[in-house]
Amino acid sequence: MALIRSSSPHLHKMNQTGRVMRLVLLATLPGLAAMTFFFGWGTLINIIWASLLAVGFEAAIMKLRNRPIRFYLSDYSAVVTAVLLALALPPFAAWWVTLVGVFVAIVIAKHLYGGLGQNPFNPAMVAYALLLVSFPVEMTRWTEPFVLVSADSGWSVLSFVDTLKVIFGGIDTSVIDSYTGATPLDALRHRGGLTTEEAWRQVPVLADGIGAWHAVSAAYVMGGVFLLYKKIFTWHAPVSVLGSLAVLSTLFFIVEPDYFADPFFHLTVGGTMLGAFFIATDPVSSATSNKGKIWFGLGIGTLIFVIRTWGGYPDAVAFAVLLMNLSAPFIDQYTQPRTYGHAKAKRGLKGDA
Amino acid sequence: MTRVHAFHGGVHPPENKRQSNGAPIRPAPIPPRLVLPLSQHIGAPAEPLVKVGDRVLKGQVIAEPIGRVSVSLHAPTSGTVTLIGPQPVPHASGMEANCIVIETDGQDEWIEHAGLEDYKSYTKSELINYIRNYGIAGMGGAGFPTDVKLHLGDDHIVNTLIINAAECEPYITADDLLIRERSDEILGGIEVIAHLLNPSHILIGIEDNKPQAIRALEDAVRGCHLNIDVVVVPTKYPSGGEKQLVKLLTGVEVPSGKIPADVGIVCQNVGTASAIYRAVHRGEPLISRIVTITGDAVDQRHNLDVLIGTQYSELLEASGVRRDDLYRLVMGGPMMGFTMKSDAVPVVKTTNCIIAATEEEMPPAPPALNCIRCGMCEQVCPAELLPQQLHWFAKGKEYDKAKHHNLFDCIECGACSYVCPSNIPLVQYYRNAKAEIRQEEAEKQKAEYARMRFEARQARLEQEKIEKELRRKARAEEAAKAQASKKDSAGAAKPAAAGGDVKTLKTAAAVARTKLKKAEKAFEQAKESGADNLAELEAAFNTAKQKADAAQQKLEQAEKGGTVAAAGAPDIKALKTAAAVARTKLKKAQSALKAAEEKGQDGIEQLRDTVKELEAKADAAQKAFDDAQAAPAPTAPVVDIKQLKTAAAVARTKLKQAEKALEKAQDSGEGDIAELEAKVKELEAKVDTTRKAFEEAEQGGSTPAKPAIDLAPLKEDMDKALAKVEKADAAAKAAEEKGLPTAEKMRAGVDKLRGKYEEAKKAYEDAEVQNAAAGGKPAIDLAPLKEDMDKALAKVEKADAAAKAAEEKGLPTAEKMRAGVDKLRGKYEEAKKAYEDAQAQNNAATPAVSAVNLDELKADMDAALAKVEKADAAAKNAEEKGLPTADKMRAGVDKLRGKYEEAKKTYEDAKAQGGAAVAAVAANLDELKADMEAALGKVQKADVAAKNAEEKGLPTAEKMRAGVEKLRGKYEEAKQAYVAAGGTVDADAKPDTVIVD
Ligand code: SF4
Ligand code: SF4
Repeated sequence: MALIRSSSPHLHKMNQTGRVMRLVLLATLPGLAAMTFFFGWGTLINIIWASLLAVGFEAAIMKLRNRPIRFYLSDYSAVVTAVLLALALPPFAAWWVTLVGVFVAIVIAKHLYGGLGQNPFNPAMVAYALLLVSFPVEMTRWTEPFVLVSADSGWSVLSFVDTLKVIFGGIDTSVIDSYTGATPLDALRHRGGLTTEEAWRQVPVLADGIGAWHAVSAAYVMGGVFLLYKKIFTWHAPVSVLGSLAVLSTLFFIVEPDYFADPFFHLTVGGTMLGAFFIATDPVSSATSNKGKIWFGLGIGTLIFVIRTWGGYPDAVAFAVLLMNLSAPFIDQYTQPRTYGHAKAKRGLKGDA
Repeated sequence: MTRVHAFHGGVHPPENKRQSNGAPIRPAPIPPRLVLPLSQHIGAPAEPLVKVGDRVLKGQVIAEPIGRVSVSLHAPTSGTVTLIGPQPVPHASGMEANCIVIETDGQDEWIEHAGLEDYKSYTKSELINYIRNYGIAGMGGAGFPTDVKLHLGDDHIVNTLIINAAECEPYITADDLLIRERSDEILGGIEVIAHLLNPSHILIGIEDNKPQAIRALEDAVRGCHLNIDVVVVPTKYPSGGEKQLVKLLTGVEVPSGKIPADVGIVCQNVGTASAIYRAVHRGEPLISRIVTITGDAVDQRHNLDVLIGTQYSELLEASGVRRDDLYRLVMGGPMMGFTMKSDAVPVVKTTNCIIAATEEEMPPAPPALNCIRCGMCEQVCPAELLPQQLHWFAKGKEYDKAKHHNLFDCIECGACSYVCPSNIPLVQYYRNAKAEIRQEEAEKQKAEYARMRFEARQARLEQEKIEKELRRKARAEEAAKAQASKKDSAGAAKPAAAGGDVKTLKTAAAVARTKLKKAEKAFEQAKESGADNLAELEAAFNTAKQKADAAQQKLEQAEKGGTVAAAGAPDIKALKTAAAVARTKLKKAQSALKAAEEKGQDGIEQLRDTVKELEAKADAAQKAFDDAQAAPAPTAPVVDIKQLKTAAAVARTKLKQAEKALEKAQDSGEGDIAELEAKVKELEAKVDTTRKAFEEAEQGGSTPAKPAIDLAPLKEDMDKALAKVEKADAAAKAAEEKGLPTAEKMRAGVDKLRGKYEEAKKAYEDAEVQNAAAGGKPAIDLAPLKEDMDKALAKVEKADAAAKAAEEKGLPTAEKMRAGVDKLRGKYEEAKKAYEDAQAQNNAATPAVSAVNLDELKADMDAALAKVEKADAAAKNAEEKGLPTADKMRAGVDKLRGKYEEAKKTYEDAKAQGGAAVAAVAANLDELKADMEAALGKVQKADVAAKNAEEKGLPTAEKMRAGVEKLRGKYEEAKQAYVAAGGTVDADAKPDTVIVD
């Protein structure tokens, strides 16, 4: 009778990293479904392609680093990164765009920093930002929602096979053109001399296609609420992202409605919801304490609005998140919780406050 | 019903309590062998009282406590001691420790025992001691000796007694069953504890997953006269943690690094309460306890009433263990318990649960992954720490950062490890880090001690060196003095005057004369205005005159022979005392006079006042004289020192009393205002004595021999007063921190004490200053020096004359004699120089005494001497050459010498009349004194005003204070002028000391 000896506690919640990641993947499903429904098969194909690449890169790196491959693959973290990146990419993004993106995310942004838990930046967002800067044309060519492609028929998305061909380069770009257009954010940004009011009426993607984006955002919210319920993350970051964005855009919209977009628009287009629920809640690269997460989210929301309104890029979630990733360690130092039995929270790293 | 507060975090592990809480408590069989560790709790192990081979009875004491945190040990059943030595004990490390092993005889024979008839009739400390002797230690976690916690009522104010019945750990049901079946015992125990701690409120905290126990408790409480609430808290681990339970039940957080008693709360476990009941009411020591035996590897999961010392294996057997399935043996709960290396360890007083787990039930922890910073640990941490940050720091050995992140507030509850998705053994990291930090700190402490020791040694050596040097110097000086005196005696035919204090005598005489003059004047005045008490006055005048004459005589005597020189020392002291008395009287007279003036009655009233004043003065003079006359010098200071010593001793005794009172007040906290006040009063008394001692020291301060001895007791008093202040201050602070109602009063007490200390300090400093002044004043005595000089001169002259005679007679020794004369002259020059130096120095020190006049006279004298010498030389020359003018020249020399003698005499007279000169100034004295007193009055007035302003916190206080200082400066000037003119000022007139109280 060999009794094992171990340190307390002797119980563990079956709460493995893999389980957390699987739940996250599960939570992206509504969003994926909505994307596929409105924008065709592209996103699905991208997700599969990106996941394969991610697993491949992860395995290769693990081999290079002499770690047990299966064991680490089973934490699903690479897949989550790939899925989030693929959801953010335009549905018709070419295969090599995804390849570059996943390489940057897994190899550079994650493993070169030491792997899961050590990366200061959100890998998916690093990849996205890099792609946006490097391949602006590919990255801004968004698929039109099916309602805009042809008004008459029902679900007129590009067929699965054709989509595969588009992505893997077997079809000429003229076909793509009839299926692609600007995103609402782009449309509003490049509206020329029109007021927002006029743009809303005259630009088709705003007038008729905006519903697709609303729906996709709603799907992300569903996923996010599910994760909240599962206590995978806390409400602090998403609520403060959305809250600060809403407050800021409302203020500006009230002052000059002709020039600024309304808050609902800000919340429901682009990557806002994806960012708020799936990116800003990435625990690795965000602030640690609940208080810190609120500041972290506030920063992201504010930056999204600032960059969208006055910056040079159509969407801003990636840059906002990266900038706040950069400030997370600083936030951490000044947002330590007040420990039981202490009159007030400590600050800084040691004895200096 | 008390409101339940929430604490942050917590987890809900599967409870697993159902398995074991179905069956009632059953007694475990008496095992053949009991193993009783001597240390079953925090603190010192007990000391065995039995030997191997002794037969012991159930309940017999077999080991007694040593040290404060320690309890005794009893035999759980009857049997024979077979071994006292190391045995495996239930400890995380699997170590062995000293145990008493008893072979049981199965008879279970009790020792004579009975409970206390009426425990309330015992004093608290008796009762607590009783409990300690019955071996009762905390039966929850650490096994803290219960009596220590019961003593908390002595120095803490306990408002709330919390009885911990939460039992939040999964699996354990021992307390649950205990409450269900023995709630009356628990209540009885609570009553005893409440009697000892006297809390205003008792809360029993219990988790809502024990409905039967809750009901039992509520039933029991219903009939109880105590203010008890059963508070049901939601089931959440670790609500049974002491700090968490405190927060849950009261909303108060135990400050970091403090114990609950610091916020007026004491926690006790239900098991402890029941054990106390059994000890107090039945006389049964803590020899058994209820243990939950559970886990999938045993068939019967239940609670057993187990004798302390029963080995686990016995219990497992009694529960039908399947040894093949047994994978992990845990003592305590799954969250904080320890795994056991073997089942050959005994049940101790803190063993509440034994989990015999199978592998499926408690599988080994999966390999740890990297922390993904998911933050789950943070969400569950009941201490509100950042476990993942702590983990980073612990891993990276960045202990400073870990400490800054409050590592030491971690209660090692294991909630963070439990939820961590990466399966990181966080608690293990923290334990390691804590252990390492503690070790580091211990080492640092050691290094610090070593440093301190080294420095102390260094300082000691330094001190020794200095002392050695001083001794060496003192020896050298002595040797030099001895040499000098030898020289003197060799040179002089007469013995040298033994450093008699002629000067002080002179002063005394001068003072006496001044008084006399005043008395005379007053007498005349009185005569003129026809006062009715003329006779009296006259008598006073006469005595004063007599005394003055005597003093003068004495002075002359001293000046002449130096035989009574020694009398000088005590004179001043006595004179001063007299002066003090005189001053008091004078003041009274003055105020009376003023009153009379105001009422417009001059004439006789005024005169009478004046006469009274004069009388006082005369008295003072008389006294001064008496003292001067009587005193054989050396004895007086000795007596004085003795007095001082006695005074100091009295002060110290009082101090000790005060100390005791203070301690009492501190200990018993509230309601001891009376004692506090008594303490203050005693301290006041002490300070009075201190002040008396000070005054004595001051009066005696002018006798140079005394200061060193005088200061010591004063200083001691001062230091003690300071210590008192500090102690009281600390106590007050502690009280303030705890928010006790007595804090305010204590603070006031501290302030008073501080005032006393300030007084003592001032007294000491004044005494010091006085001593310094006294030591400095009579620095160099001119008189003996002058005498030396004169003698030397006389010798020169004599020798000179002899030489001349010899020369004239043509004796062959003339040459030699001449050489001797020269030598003597050299000596004379030396003496003169010494004298001049001394005089210069004295003049520098006391510039007031008509120094200019003296200097002039001296210059005359010196010039005359020079002339004499010159003429002498010329005459000698002439003689040598056999010139006929030689005789004439010699005559001239003699003439010159006569002149010189005259000059010298004038000079000496002038000097002797230093006092006379003072007397001449005496007429002015009254004026000066009036000035001085006016100045003093102003100072006092201003001072009072300034203090008033300060108390009211007026902005002008500062300026006023400055004004007071200025006035004081003026007063000092006036005083100096007055003193210089010959007046005496006693200590009472000092403005600093006037307004102390
Ligand atoms: S073990 Fe320490 S750090 Fe972990 S949850 Fe408990 S108190 Fe917090
Ligand atoms: S629960 Fe574990 S993985 Fe998550 S942050 Fe804490 S230590 Fe890291």
